[in-house]
Amino acid sequence: MANPRKNKAFNVRYMPGFTPVTMFCLIWLYAPLIIMMVYAFNSERSVTNMHGFSFRWFEQAAKNTQVQDATILSLQIALVATIIATIAATMAALATTRTKPFKGHAAVYAIINQPLMIPEIVTAVGTLVFFGLIKSATGIHGIGFLMMAHTVFCIPFAYMPIRARLENMDLTYEHAAADLYAPPMKRFWRVTFPLMFPGILAGAMLSFVISFDDVIINLLVAGAGETTLPIYMIGTLRRGLTPEVNAISTVLLGVTFIFVVGFFFLTTNKKK
Amino acid sequence: MTSKSSANSSSVAIEVQGLIKTFGTGDASVKALDGVSVSIYENEFFTLLGPSGCGKTTLLRMIAGFEHPTSGHVLLGGDHIGHLPPFMRPVNTVFQNYALFPHMTVGENIGFGLEMLGKDKSEIARKVDQTLAMVRMEEYVNRKTSQLSGGQQQRVALARALAPEPRVLLLDEPLSALDLKLRKEMQIELKRMQHETGITFVFVTHDQEEALTMSDRVAVMKDGLIRQIGAPREIYDHPTERFVAHFIGETNFLEGELHDINGSTGMIKLASGSNVPASLPDEAAAGTVTVVVRPEHALLSTSPDNASLTGEVKTIVYFGTDTHYHLELESGDSFVVRMQNQRDSGTDYQEGSKVGITFKDNAVQVLKD
Ligand SMILES: Nc1ncnc2c1ncn2[C@@H]1O[C@H](COP(=O)(O)OP(=O)(O)OP(=O)(O)O)[C@@H](O)[C@H]1O
Ligand SMILES: [Mg+2]
Repeated sequence: MANPRKNKAFNVRYMPGFTPVTMFCLIWLYAPLIIMMVYAFNSERSVTNMHGFSFRWFEQAAKNTQVQDATILSLQIALVATIIATIAATMAALATTRTKPFKGHAAVYAIINQPLMIPEIVTAVGTLVFFGLIKSATGIHGIGFLMMAHTVFCIPFAYMPIRARLENMDLTYEHAAADLYAPPMKRFWRVTFPLMFPGILAGAMLSFVISFDDVIINLLVAGAGETTLPIYMIGTLRRGLTPEVNAISTVLLGVTFIFVVGFFFLTTNKKK
Repeated sequence: MTSKSSANSSSVAIEVQGLIKTFGTGDASVKALDGVSVSIYENEFFTLLGPSGCGKTTLLRMIAGFEHPTSGHVLLGGDHIGHLPPFMRPVNTVFQNYALFPHMTVGENIGFGLEMLGKDKSEIARKVDQTLAMVRMEEYVNRKTSQLSGGQQQRVALARALAPEPRVLLLDEPLSALDLKLRKEMQIELKRMQHETGITFVFVTHDQEEALTMSDRVAVMKDGLIRQIGAPREIYDHPTERFVAHFIGETNFLEGELHDINGSTGMIKLASGSNVPASLPDEAAAGTVTVVVRPEHALLSTSPDNASLTGEVKTIVYFGTDTHYHLELESGDSFVVRMQNQRDSGTDYQEGSKVGITFKDNAVQVLKD
């Protein structure tokens, strides 16, 4: 009875100072966000003094045509990048989990995941140079380049949850389908695809969020007039802080929160 | 020696010829099957019995089409099917972990095979109902498979594999996940369903009792080979190898001299000097052999005079229905006799008594090894 710590298996809750450190980290992480959200509802043009409650900055942001255009552009890019990246990632995940181990299996994993490790600024510089070459050689310009760049860096993010899902999925379901006369394509659409769908959705959501809030690639690769929402926000911040940016950030935070919750539910196994 | 009880000898369902399967290459290679040949008949309940790792699952997967033979042939109704993928073989499997599709209802699971075969909706619905009735699960047609108990999932898996009316049903230890009571129930159910449908069942188990109670014929496997095939009674009463005798039931092993061979019978001169008649395996030769005697095929007597063997009772174990007498023979070997308990029979034998052992007719079986 004297010393309960001795009787328990190692448990961080009994580590001295664990709770205060955790509390400190959580506060440090969330306090800025909460303060930002609070000032989004300020009735005056101040991000340091709270006057009254209003939706005025949300209205102003919504009516701002620059915000509208940037949002639409960001959505377009994120949507296209997400769709293409998710399809590519799904095929890559199938190829790396549903085939017999082959020579260079490990290398394929590494190559698919490598973009996660390369500093984004390096990728951005490389992409800029590469696209510059193509643009000057062909004379083609346009939003397609930005979409392509986004697609490429979204693939590893989409790949991770899809592969995790497939690896947890028992192969005997597919064997059972084959045993019950399902030819390969029917087997895929009737059994493999529905069972891996939560993973695909999770991968798509992650890609979408990653693409939507990208800054570095956009800064370097975007052509003239291709202003995405994060770039627009950085631009307005340079001209001084107004609660309008807080309002936009709050909306983004809300959308991201919904995606994160969705992602969590999709990737948590609800096994009996 | 091969009897086929209920099976019809003229129609072979599955035939396997010289099947060899090697996994891996070089030093790391494993020979899972080492030349298996067997014919399984139409409407037969055929069991593959053997210890873990002997190649039962591999043989089954080769019939289903999930593995391809390193060499050898698989024939279904006389046609070679070795090159066909699983979905082109009229053979269905009940998987050990059931593998019911979690995103489909019980009804959709059972109808899946028929749907893939391109049957029309009304026929599928009718067949699903009929199959569900056979496994007594009618009221569960719209349930999710995750809402079923282990035994119910087992029934649905069985119904799903039976609904397309395959030529052969393969079952890989389908009862091993169930508790004892449910297992006994399902053993009877399985046997009934095999009778009702007339489909050939190839059943895998490592439980010898299960094999003996359910099968028309049993193949005992070891190290990638079939060591003996026969009706349960034949396997039990006339094992031809030490391994088979040891793996199935309790057995006494004795040494003896085989002489006076006459077809499938002969005489054995035991260490005690007495001669007893014995059944022989194929190609038995005179000389020193090992024989087996099941404990219940021997009798004790208080007068050691006319007995085949004599010994001393060491331990007596009472089992309710019968009693086991553990004896030490004059030769020093141990020997077990099992005798059924009669009402009020009292105790003729005590630990330490000198007793004689006599054998019932056909009790002595000579082994090949
Ligand atoms: N895919 C595989 N790769 C390598 N070796 C394998 C593979 N499948 C089976 N084996 C080996 O082949 C042998 C036979 O395996 P198999 O699964 O057929 O045994 P089993 O009789 O079904 O055993 P159990 O009763 O444990 O299920 C074993 O030694 C096993 O290790
Ligand atoms: Mg097995």
